[in-house]
Amino acid sequence: MTTTPPTVLAARERSRSRVSASPPTPNGRRRFTWRTLSVWFGTAVLLCILAAWIYPFLWMVSAALKSPLEVFDAGLGLIPEDPQWSNFTRAWVDAQFGRYLRNTVIVTVATVVIVVVRCAMAGYVLARRRFYGRRLILVLLVATLFVPTGYTIIPVVDLATNLHLLNSLWGMIIAMSGGAHVASILLYVGYFHQLPRELEEAAIVDGAGFLRTFLRVMLPMAGPVTATVTLMTFMATWNAFFLPLVFTFSRPDLRTLSVGMLAFVGENSTDWSGMAAAAVISLLPMVILFVVLQRYFVEGIAGAIKA
Amino acid sequence: MSVPALSARHRRVRRTELWAYAFLLPTIVLYGVFTVYPIVGSYWYSFVDWNGFDAIKTFVGLDNYREALSDPLFWNAFKVTILFTVVAVPVKVFSGFLLALVLNSPRMPWKGFFRTGFFLPVVTTTAIVGVVMQFIFDPTSGPVNGALLELGLTDEGVNFLGDARTALWTVVAVFVWKWFGQTLIYWLAALQTIPTELYEAASIDGASSPRRMWSITLPLLKPFTIIITLLTLESTLHVFDLMLTMTGGGPFFATQVVEIFIYEQAFASSVPRLGYASAVAVLFGLFVFVVGLFQLVGVRAVQRARQA
Repeated sequence: MTTTPPTVLAARERSRSRVSASPPTPNGRRRFTWRTLSVWFGTAVLLCILAAWIYPFLWMVSAALKSPLEVFDAGLGLIPEDPQWSNFTRAWVDAQFGRYLRNTVIVTVATVVIVVVRCAMAGYVLARRRFYGRRLILVLLVATLFVPTGYTIIPVVDLATNLHLLNSLWGMIIAMSGGAHVASILLYVGYFHQLPRELEEAAIVDGAGFLRTFLRVMLPMAGPVTATVTLMTFMATWNAFFLPLVFTFSRPDLRTLSVGMLAFVGENSTDWSGMAAAAVISLLPMVILFVVLQRYFVEGIAGAIKA
Repeated sequence: MSVPALSARHRRVRRTELWAYAFLLPTIVLYGVFTVYPIVGSYWYSFVDWNGFDAIKTFVGLDNYREALSDPLFWNAFKVTILFTVVAVPVKVFSGFLLALVLNSPRMPWKGFFRTGFFLPVVTTTAIVGVVMQFIFDPTSGPVNGALLELGLTDEGVNFLGDARTALWTVVAVFVWKWFGQTLIYWLAALQTIPTELYEAASIDGASSPRRMWSITLPLLKPFTIIITLLTLESTLHVFDLMLTMTGGGPFFATQVVEIFIYEQAFASSVPRLGYASAVAVLFGLFVFVVGLFQLVGVRAVQRARQA
């Protein structure tokens, strides 16, 4: 081994360095090179940045467990002296966050169901069927890809008032499901478009009608898209703010979590620990969901780029 | 009906067409009523004077537009929006790119862990994060000022959100923090489209690491740069949740972006002026549309350059 030419050694080291940061030298000890040092240094710097990145969440959790006076200390210490679970009781009962959570769950689940069903159906026929007006619909959809809530809110509120949808959870659900959701439809269109024609032909040969072909053959195949659309819609609805805010002006009991939060701070600006507890209640479901389903979140977000 | 074969086929075509329309019905109704109609409708609303309480909408022609163009607060809102965008977009796109490069390097340990950590703020509710940030930047008891005091960088707390000079930049910082993970994921997805063989081939040819960056990574990422900038720009122009919950547009209109201005006029003032708010929304919509067009022209140019 001692006669190995230096260039080969260098090449070997280069190829190894892709795998492990510090390749073992022939005599078995790890040799520290500038390269490994820089990797460790970079990692350390990143860890510091990451600590600052998630600090607000840690502060929130710790403030939710501190006594109201303890929060005001402005200390950076995150460990509460004596965990005060009563903050959560106060947020849940007195500040009505239990009710807001229930409203948010109802609105989110109903909206997700409606959006998934309507986007799957629309995406299927837009991708697989020829009919009059197909191009027009596709053009309209793409044209409204970037329309934000703020732009349409005034006509939506007027319409909801006239249809007697304002001040009810159902109104909120219908208005949310009626949002553009263009990306979801386009995801389905893209997926159904690349499936082979033989699928439908086989279904027709087997005597399945249009509806059965869709329900039994096509929809089950689109599982991954359904997962992505469900997750993205869930996130968007759970985190929605503008529409629920405007829909619940005169019905505080129908507030969702995000709207309730703003109202709570408006009414009790000194109850920091209660605020933090309410924030934890509001954010925890989404964070848990994210930790469990990370991969799908990342794929859903990255899908916007790949398209 | 003299040719049965044809009529049967014809019937089948008709039936699938009917099915197609039936499948589109929920989308046409919901999307038509809550997206298409409002977009078209906001033009009509912008020509009326209407307070939202009673049913009377008085047609006033172009008065709302005239008023908007001579309203200093309207121009202020535009100025604030553009300031916010001009700072937030480059910072977010560029820093996301840098971190993506680091996380994409094969020697980086704990990639998934870092990606998760930086992505976490993205999934949280913006409005709630905005409220929490009010407390975090509190001038007397917030942890940020606590840290500055401990380090001796300030004798008395900085009133980040209450001072017109710092409020907007504080929101920019929080905005970048909140959505940084999204840009990071975009860039990582873009970087993964580059085949590793290219890098290997370049290494064998003796290209140094900066050279590989300059000759492979950057040219191949060009189209993505435009798309990512476009997506970031669109989301930045419509910052609302964070602004309303962190500053409400204050202090002294220093953070009153266009969407907050519209909201104030339409829902938060003692006499709502929905017609005026609609006119502002239409003007802003046109502005966003023009910005989008510029971007599209850019994308087209890049595509043509790639095909050439």
